[in-house]
Amino acid sequence: MNIHEYQAKELFEKYGIPCPKGHATDSKEAFEPCIDRLGDGLIVVKSQIHAGGRGKGTFTDGFQGGVKLAKSKEEALDFANRMLSNTLVTIQTGPAGREVQTVYFTEGADIEKEYYLAILMERATSAPVVVASTEGGVEIEKVAEENPEKIFKAFVDPTIGLQPHQARNIAFKLGFEGKQAGECAKLILNLYKMFWDKDADMVEVNPMISTPEGGVMALDAKVSFDSNALYRHKDIMAYRDLNEEDAKEIEASKYDLNYIALDGNIACLVNGAGLAMATMDIINHCGGEAANFLDVGGGATAEQVTAAFKIILSDPKVEGILVNIFGGIMQCDVIAQGVIEAAEAVELNKPLVVRLEGTNVSEGKKLLADSGLEITSADSLADAAQKIVDIVAKN
Amino acid sequence: MSVLVNKNTRVVFTGITGKSGGFHAKQCMDYGTQVVAGVTPGRGGQLFEGSVPVFNAVTDSVEQAGANTACVFVPPPFAADSILECLDAGIELIIAITEGIPVNDMAKVKKKLLQTDARLIGPNCPGVITPGECKIGIMPGYIHKPGTVGIVSRSGTLTYEAVWQVTSLGYGQSTCIGIGGDPINGTNHTDAIKLFNEDPDTEAIVMIGEIGGDAEENACAYIKEHVKKPVAGFIAGTTAPPGRRMGHAGAIVSGGSGTAEAKIAAMEAAGVAVAKTPTDMGTALLAAWGK
Repeated sequence: MNIHEYQAKELFEKYGIPCPKGHATDSKEAFEPCIDRLGDGLIVVKSQIHAGGRGKGTFTDGFQGGVKLAKSKEEALDFANRMLSNTLVTIQTGPAGREVQTVYFTEGADIEKEYYLAILMERATSAPVVVASTEGGVEIEKVAEENPEKIFKAFVDPTIGLQPHQARNIAFKLGFEGKQAGECAKLILNLYKMFWDKDADMVEVNPMISTPEGGVMALDAKVSFDSNALYRHKDIMAYRDLNEEDAKEIEASKYDLNYIALDGNIACLVNGAGLAMATMDIINHCGGEAANFLDVGGGATAEQVTAAFKIILSDPKVEGILVNIFGGIMQCDVIAQGVIEAAEAVELNKPLVVRLEGTNVSEGKKLLADSGLEITSADSLADAAQKIVDIVAKN
Repeated sequence: MSVLVNKNTRVVFTGITGKSGGFHAKQCMDYGTQVVAGVTPGRGGQLFEGSVPVFNAVTDSVEQAGANTACVFVPPPFAADSILECLDAGIELIIAITEGIPVNDMAKVKKKLLQTDARLIGPNCPGVITPGECKIGIMPGYIHKPGTVGIVSRSGTLTYEAVWQVTSLGYGQSTCIGIGGDPINGTNHTDAIKLFNEDPDTEAIVMIGEIGGDAEENACAYIKEHVKKPVAGFIAGTTAPPGRRMGHAGAIVSGGSGTAEAKIAAMEAAGVAVAKTPTDMGTALLAAWGK
């Protein structure tokens, strides 16, 4: 789960990670009070959306930049007014962009030098790793490619956590000296504590900066969390912003369905994540394009299948549906019954191809054949994919 | 004719009195698996299905029922503790079915696991089956058939798809290993392929992967170097959008790494017969096998 920058900064403050003073709001009336509570210097006005690349983004009305540096309170107010309720397109949002519903004002910081700092769970070592670089404010992938010697890592033993000497060594490698090295190490240790306590997937501070006064602080903050661990973090759950999620994905999550909206016109309903991905792939292989990824799980109930059909059909792009079930413990006749009930409940009006395989497959196929529904049955996944692609192309 | 589990494997189910734990324990017993014990703290002294003793602790199941393998069915918040309990009790093989264990918990489990000789399969996996001898997990037993094909996969239903194709073509399986869809697992593709490579009764191997991580690439490096047996493979997720988790916690393309293209290329470079679609896994294997 992703959160907004201003929410991440709230967490940072709780963990003693220095960052510029700031205030966020979703209402125009609160802009001035937010700005007035900041100091007299420069003000940074930041659009709050979950996608990255905000600074270089463009609003759909042509306004440039989702992050702006204002020289006066009046200019800050003007920027904020142009951002709120406007749609920001960045390299990560896709062409549709994302509506800005919250604006974050922070004090401008005096930057001496920019650094990169991140902590993430590394798959290769099955443990957290701290990644730091002297090249801040740029994409770390680019640094890794062009100047790998400028990236420093500390591998963490998850049973004892990040140790002070590891944080210190990173600070020295980044070139910090004296008291400032201590400040940097403290920031890294506090960031690790937050990362571990809150079950974060990744925390990224880009840039972390040093100031002429000898301080070290987090200028930006990008934090995401392990969805499997949210049950033990009510405070993080409260940060969930439904405006940032697809309405169909929110509905699916209520029924424990794994649904991801895609751009194509052939909807699919599959049991199992790997098979669901493979079904999308084969639709593509046959010349079509999947409208979604949907895994109904191993023990889907008729209620879940009905909900899944409703969600699929609420997507106006959908012109055909492919149901692909490998009935294991879940028997094919039970799934067939679910499909029939769902089709009746939602007044199915799109072509439907069903491929059933596994336990009680003949009973399942008979139920579908006798149901009076217009269902094209298929024998293999390849057969099913070709049939739905052909039907949709013909229509 | 197998790796990891056989007719002599003595299984304890943790979480046996839970709804799905009980259901699947019964299914495994019906298949012929020796389920010698169950564990549910506080339910010690009960009998499961009228015959299987339930204990309060895994160590009791080892000492009193001779369990040497565990199947973990405990809900996610308690699953890591259950795996650690199995390690402490000296269980040699732990198969964790549970989906949704926090990754921090698994990082701690993995660290501890590496200090022991025990093997962990999963979590978030369908389990392990040696057809005709022993089924530990949630896979439908009847699609399998005893034989000489070893199958390893990160996905449950996609494994069933491969098994069904191999069986329908008239061949059987030595052992099928579901290594699970999580980013941190106990056994990876390379470990499983090593087992199959060293097993005299496994003649050919099917390796099924998906987007995310680089476990398939590492396995391909091993195959290229060490494996003479025919290997067929398939990678799911060619059309998955980057940055999204595709159902499995570990199935995500991030920062340009973990793509299906890179994995398919690694397979081809290692001489693995890559199935172009999931329907071709069985035929790709037979082609590589010269059958």
